[in-house]
Amino acid sequence: MAFNYFDTNLDDLHEALQSGKVTAEQLTKDTFANIAATDADLQAFIRLHEEEALAQARDIDEKGDFSNPLAGIPMAMKDNIATNGLETTGASHILEGFKPVYDAAVTTKLNEAGAVVVGKANMDEFAMGGSTETSYYKKTKNAWDYTKVPGGSSGGSAAAVAAGQVPYALGSDTGGSIRQPAAFNGIVGMKPTYGRVSRFGLFAMASSLDQIGPLTRTVKDNALVMNAIAGFDKRDSTSAELEVPDFTAKLGESIKGMKIAVPEEYFQEGIATEVATQVKAAIAQLEAMGAQVDQVSLPHTQYGVAAYYVLMASEASSNLQRYDGIRYGFRSPEAKSLEEVYKDTRTDGFGDEVKRRIMLGTYSLSAGAYDAFFKKAAQVRTLIIDDFNKVFENYDLIVGPTTPTQPYGIGEEIDDPKAMYLGDVLTIPVNLAGLPGLSINAGFNGGMPIGLQMIGKPFDEATIYQAAYAFEQENRFFEQHPAVAD
Amino acid sequence: MATSISKEEVAHVADLAKLSFSDQELEHFTGQLQEIVALCEKMAEVDTEGVKPTFSVTANVNHLREDVAEDWHQKKALLEQAPEEAADLIKVPAILNGED
Amino acid sequence: MGNENFETTIGLEVHVEMQTKSKLLSPSPVHYGDAPNANTNVIDWGYPGVLPVANKGAIDYGMRVALALHADITEEIRWDRKNYVYPDNPKSYQTTQQQTPLGRNGYLDVNLPDGSVKRIGIEELHVEEDAGKNTHGDDGYSYVDLNRQGTPLVEIVSKPDLASPEEAYAYLEQLRRVILFTGVSEAKMQEGQMRADVNVSLRPYGSDTYGTRVEMKNINSFHYVQSALEFEEKRQAKVIRSGGQVRQETRRYDEPTKSTVLMRVKEVADDYRYFPEPDLSPIQIGQDWIDRVKADLPKSAEDRQKSYVADLGLEQYDAEVLTQTLAMANFFDAAVLAGADSKGAAKRVANYLIGDVNAYLNKNQVELQDTKLSPENLAGMVKLIEDGTISTKQAKKVFEAIMEGEEPEAYAKAQGLVQISDPAVLTPMVNEVLDDNPQSIEDFKGGKDRAVGFLIGQLMKKSKGQANPGVLNKLLMAELNKR
Repeated sequence: MAFNYFDTNLDDLHEALQSGKVTAEQLTKDTFANIAATDADLQAFIRLHEEEALAQARDIDEKGDFSNPLAGIPMAMKDNIATNGLETTGASHILEGFKPVYDAAVTTKLNEAGAVVVGKANMDEFAMGGSTETSYYKKTKNAWDYTKVPGGSSGGSAAAVAAGQVPYALGSDTGGSIRQPAAFNGIVGMKPTYGRVSRFGLFAMASSLDQIGPLTRTVKDNALVMNAIAGFDKRDSTSAELEVPDFTAKLGESIKGMKIAVPEEYFQEGIATEVATQVKAAIAQLEAMGAQVDQVSLPHTQYGVAAYYVLMASEASSNLQRYDGIRYGFRSPEAKSLEEVYKDTRTDGFGDEVKRRIMLGTYSLSAGAYDAFFKKAAQVRTLIIDDFNKVFENYDLIVGPTTPTQPYGIGEEIDDPKAMYLGDVLTIPVNLAGLPGLSINAGFNGGMPIGLQMIGKPFDEATIYQAAYAFEQENRFFEQHPAVAD
Repeated sequence: MATSISKEEVAHVADLAKLSFSDQELEHFTGQLQEIVALCEKMAEVDTEGVKPTFSVTANVNHLREDVAEDWHQKKALLEQAPEEAADLIKVPAILNGED
Repeated sequence: MGNENFETTIGLEVHVEMQTKSKLLSPSPVHYGDAPNANTNVIDWGYPGVLPVANKGAIDYGMRVALALHADITEEIRWDRKNYVYPDNPKSYQTTQQQTPLGRNGYLDVNLPDGSVKRIGIEELHVEEDAGKNTHGDDGYSYVDLNRQGTPLVEIVSKPDLASPEEAYAYLEQLRRVILFTGVSEAKMQEGQMRADVNVSLRPYGSDTYGTRVEMKNINSFHYVQSALEFEEKRQAKVIRSGGQVRQETRRYDEPTKSTVLMRVKEVADDYRYFPEPDLSPIQIGQDWIDRVKADLPKSAEDRQKSYVADLGLEQYDAEVLTQTLAMANFFDAAVLAGADSKGAAKRVANYLIGDVNAYLNKNQVELQDTKLSPENLAGMVKLIEDGTISTKQAKKVFEAIMEGEEPEAYAKAQGLVQISDPAVLTPMVNEVLDDNPQSIEDFKGGKDRAVGFLIGQLMKKSKGQANPGVLNKLLMAELNKR
């Protein structure tokens, strides 16, 4: 069997590289060998950059500086994060062949850390979707069951990590796109506080909601990657000018006395019984470990999906209007007139889900609809934020399920956008409020994982990691891994 | 107070968004959009009288740049990405009705 | 002029490019006339993933204009996106301040041709980004240069207070001068640095509702604005008189025929889908910031004119000429500061600037700031004239020299251009010349005044032209009368 990352973590890899037990080049070669063996089925990667990755690894070996915890270690980048000179498409036809001429802020940070980018992980087109089925290029499978979706939009990132292809990946999360695929693949996914990680270089879907974050197999790995990518960036006007703590600092601290709130709305109609049962058991476990658990109410939760879809689609319709075939990317070869360049390029270049959201957003912002849709949604957003603020006056953490259901079959929901949208009901409010949220495996039902979501106060990712780590060490679900074909 | 969206409205929105749909697609999209819009209209139940809208959650204020010019030396690389280019200009089919 | 039965209502939206060093939302340089796309980066091209950061300098400059127009400064500004698709608009939205313009409720006092002053209200003014530039080939293609993309603009929206094409023209002239004296733009029309959108409607006198507005966009000459409005007044009056309805439409001024041409009829209002820009932080402007900008705001043309007349004794006309451009006025002020501060000296400096310097600039087609002339040197030369060190005739050569950057006193000395005014030096010369020309003394005594001219000529020759003619004349008469 080819080498994989099931039985190792970032600390082990760091130690092995530092002590010379393995070179970055060897590790990278092994990684590609494993991907070659597994990805024909899994389909987690849109593109591999083997040559560049090996060159980068050799360069790191030559310099011999492995002081950074990520130095020499391979990783996967979601396909909507700019990498200078390496094709980045947002999984869209409209950007096929597009090579950004600049690096995203997180790309620069990872390069400086000595990380080795092996390739671009598949995703829903422009991160619009919850199953990675809207990708123009391919359909990624759930690492645990190839007939099921991996979730989305960071489905490629999640599947690659869960299948042991890479130790970590970056994703982006606008309404749940890191946490939901993490839940579906039984791994750890963190959406940081809005402003914690620079968005410079992230192909925008909804600017007021998007955040980049890590997907890993363990909590500590996640915290280590966050250490590398977080921090103020003057090029992002919404980047928070705050000290970045060591996110591993509170790992191992007891959660005794930690005040945990459980929103009753997160267990209402539409939440699958298996999910509710498993998550309740997880919460009982936290309580048994000394946390003080109370039921609370977030009364506007049920309006989150509506507010989110209006705001997200509005911003997205504006953000995606730039894809017009004029300056970069795909231009429809049939187009003769300027109007045809616009319309043919966009009509051929975008998939149905992207078009749906552009249409909804354009409509929501249009003269007659603005007040009832866009403005109303922004007001509902305020009420959702107020709900959270009230709870956080008395609690350290909010805990509940990440998703209402377990992974569904490929093709099952793709033609039912409304059902797909409702799947985001538990993750969306976190984005609307800009809060940090993490999903961790709460255990299995029918061989498929179930996600436990932990939501923290703004910029208090450290407390989330503390609680997630305590839960993880109690259960060690990460030691179970999918049976990936060799 | 369900808003009904006509095919004509959808066609108008498509025009604003620079998308074209066949008649059949338009029918299909109108239906889907109708359903999504109905979902979004659930918000009408919420009393938002006097509630300040939130358009962003950033706490940043006056995140500004000093007026210093920088040359990022990207001209060549940018022009290489353009689908059509001539004499360092981006080439597009004639702009008709040249207003603006 | 105008229409007997109709009242004309005109509103102007003027865009002025501000000369910051970098663009509004990217650090690319703002510089006119560079090679295509030289001043562009990934932000200007609207690349996927790029983010804007607003330029503080553009807010400072916008605030200067707001203060010069007596507008109220908005305490909190949030940027908005105006969505429209065009090849020169890379993001497909323009970043602007639609909901919270930087300034509101200002005014501009305009001198009308009849000598009266009319106060024109400023509805609002805001900072936004300029688009790139399209050129249209005859090959069926257009070509886009994004150098201009992102250049900060200030848009000044007047109230519909203008009642005639002449008033519109006068308003634009006055507005341009106010802008010039804020130092934020040279407002060069030919480079498109100042452009006007014009709204005009007619209504019968006494009507309390405005007529249907016709819009004309991007006119970059004040004369064209006036001419277009004159045509529109007549056209719209004709439509109304013949029982028709003026349509809401966009028209274009056609220079050769001095008429306006229909571009498109506006059946429905444009739907720009404005919404708050989530990629930029809000801007809060406190009194301290306003005070800092105020301190940097150059003195207005009107204030300078007043002080030139009252304190330096200039004619109003000269004061107006000196304040045609900020560069000229600043130059004059600097020369006064450099010592040309007596009424005589200031007047001389003014005369030089209005006369010889302007002639030089016209002849060589250069701007004042591009010459080697310094205020110090012009003041220095004028001082030499004032204290009699050089004659006005000698000053001609000195002037040529200081235009080439020479220091006037050193130059005059080196060239022997210094005038001799000392009686101790001149008296012996006078006596020598008189001794050599007894016949002239006779002639003088005999009443022939011409002899004096001859003697002065001899003396100028002897002094190599350096004798101060005034002093010389006095000394000669004294000696002649003695003999």
